[in-house]
Amino acid sequence: MSAAFADALLRPDAPCPAGLKTWNGSDPAQRFAVYRNNVIVSLVDALADSYPVVQALVGEDFFRAMAAEFARGNPPRSPVLAWYGAGFADFVADFPPAAGLPYLADVARLEWLRVEAWHAADADPVPLAEVGACLADEAALPALRLTLHPALRLLRSAHPVVSLWAAHQAEDVSAALGAVDFADAEAALVVREGLDVAILHIEAGAAEFVDKLLRGAALGEAAQASGPFDLPAALGLLLRSGAVVAMTPSRRAP
Amino acid sequence: MTNANPHRPIRGGAKAPAALPKRGGVGLKPEHFRHILDAQPDIGFFEVHAENYMVAGGPFHHYLERIRADHALSIHGVGLSIGGEDPLDELHLDRLAALLARYQPESFSEHLAWSSHGGAFFNDLLPAPYHAGTLARVCAHIDRVQERLGRRMLLENPATYVEFEASTMTETDFIAEVVRRTGCGLLLDVNNAYVSCTNHHRDARAYLRALPLAAVGEIHLAGHAREVDAAGAPLLIDSHGAPVAEAVWALYDFALSLVGPQPTLIERDNDLPAFAVLAAVARQAEIVMARHAKLEVAA
Repeated sequence: MSAAFADALLRPDAPCPAGLKTWNGSDPAQRFAVYRNNVIVSLVDALADSYPVVQALVGEDFFRAMAAEFARGNPPRSPVLAWYGAGFADFVADFPPAAGLPYLADVARLEWLRVEAWHAADADPVPLAEVGACLADEAALPALRLTLHPALRLLRSAHPVVSLWAAHQAEDVSAALGAVDFADAEAALVVREGLDVAILHIEAGAAEFVDKLLRGAALGEAAQASGPFDLPAALGLLLRSGAVVAMTPSRRAP
Repeated sequence: MTNANPHRPIRGGAKAPAALPKRGGVGLKPEHFRHILDAQPDIGFFEVHAENYMVAGGPFHHYLERIRADHALSIHGVGLSIGGEDPLDELHLDRLAALLARYQPESFSEHLAWSSHGGAFFNDLLPAPYHAGTLARVCAHIDRVQERLGRRMLLENPATYVEFEASTMTETDFIAEVVRRTGCGLLLDVNNAYVSCTNHHRDARAYLRALPLAAVGEIHLAGHAREVDAAGAPLLIDSHGAPVAEAVWALYDFALSLVGPQPTLIERDNDLPAFAVLAAVARQAEIVMARHAKLEVAA
C-alpha cells in the first residue's frame, strides 16, 4: 500500500493510488493531491530556507520550479530536515535552465556551508591570554598547530560568491548587485560569530593557508605552502572571529 | 503486546519526569527565541519539533537550553513514521533518545501516521489503513519507542483527507486498541478531529466520545484551511497557518467537558504572528479550562 502511495507522491503524472475511498464517492485523486502538494511544498520550503540568496538571484518562480524538480528526484533520506539539500548545488550546476548563471551553483555551495556552520558543534575560542603567550614565543610560531572551530568552512570559487551573497544582505540590493564584478574569483571564510554565521571575503592565498591548517599543517608549513597573502591579517581574522579553539605548540627537542 | 493495563510501567529507563501543567502552551519558533528570553512570558509550557533540534550545536540549542530552564517542555516528533511499513529507524530513535536525555521534557509525543518509505522521508503525516496488519505494526513500533526511550509516549490522532477500502476498523477503535495494547497515552488534537470528521462526514462529538479519553495527556489546537473536494464537499486542510476556528474552539469546550482541563498547545507553524498573539490564544485556552475546572469542582 505505502509503496504505491509513496511513489505517487513524488510523480506528478502518476495516477492516484488504488484502494482509496471517499464518503461521498467524489474522486479521491483530488484529495490525494493534498498529500502530494504538502510533500513537495514542504520540501521546497525547506530548500528556500537554506538557499535564500539562490532564490533571490533567480526569482521565486524559477527557484520553486527548480527546487521541486530536485525534491522529486532527491527526497530526503532522513527526517532531520536541517540537512536536506546537501546535493542541491550539484543539481543546480547541472540544471540546464540555469546554465546562463554560471555562478549560481557556487552561491548554493556557499549557502550550504552557512547551514552547516549554523548547526555545527559549539566550541569556545582560545582565551586571549593564551593567544598572547603563544604568539609571544616567536621561535615556536612556525611549529604551532591551530585547531579551528567545528563551524568553520571554506569555499574557493571562480565567481564573486562573497560579493553576491553580501549584496543580498544590503539595504539596496540592486545597487549592491550593480557593483559586483562578475569576472572576480573570490574565496569565502564561513565562521560562527556568537550566535550568527558570518561570511567573510579572504584572499586566495589566505584561503589556501586556512585549508592547510584544516588539514593539520603547522603554522609555518601552512604559510609556506600557500600563495602570497598577508599572514598577520589572516591570523588576526581567524582569532577575532573566534575561529581558533586551540593552539598547540609542537613537541620540540629540548 | 497484549498487556491490557494502560498504566503498566515502561521498561528500560529512569522514571518519567513530572507531567506538563494543565495550562496553555505555545509552539516554540526560532522567530520568537529572543523575545521569549527577554520578556520571560508566563506560558504554561513550550513545545518543539524534535527533528529541528537534532543538530550538534548553534543557536537552536543555545536558546532551547535557556528557555527550557524556565519552562515546562514538550518534545513532539514528526519523523518516526510509527504508522510506516518500514522498520523503525533505529538511528533516528538514538537521536531522539539523546535529545530527550539532554532536555528531560515533561512529555514526548508522536503521530499515528507514516512519513518514510523505502528510505525516503516525505516530510508529511501520511495515512494508513486501519486493519489488523497496521495495528500489529503500530503497536510493535510504539512498544519499541517506549522501550528505547524508557518512557510512555503520547500518540496523536491524525488529520486525514482520504480513507482506505482496506480499513476494517474505525479510527477511534484503532486508537483505543493501540492505547490498550501499548499503554501509550493520547495526544488529542482537536483540530485534527474536526478536520477528519468534516472530511469524512462524521460526527466530531461522537468521534471524541469513542476515543480512549482516560489516556489523554495533552491537547493540540490549531488552524485549518478550507477547500472543497471533487464533489464540492468541504475538504479541510490541517495547515497550522491560521487562527483556531470557532468550530474547533467549540469542540475543545466539548472535549474538556469530557476530560477536564488538559495541557493545551496552540500550534502555529505557518504565517507566524507575533508571540503576544499566540500567548493570548494560550490564555484563551486557559479561560476555557478554568470554566471546566469549576464545573469539575461543582460536579
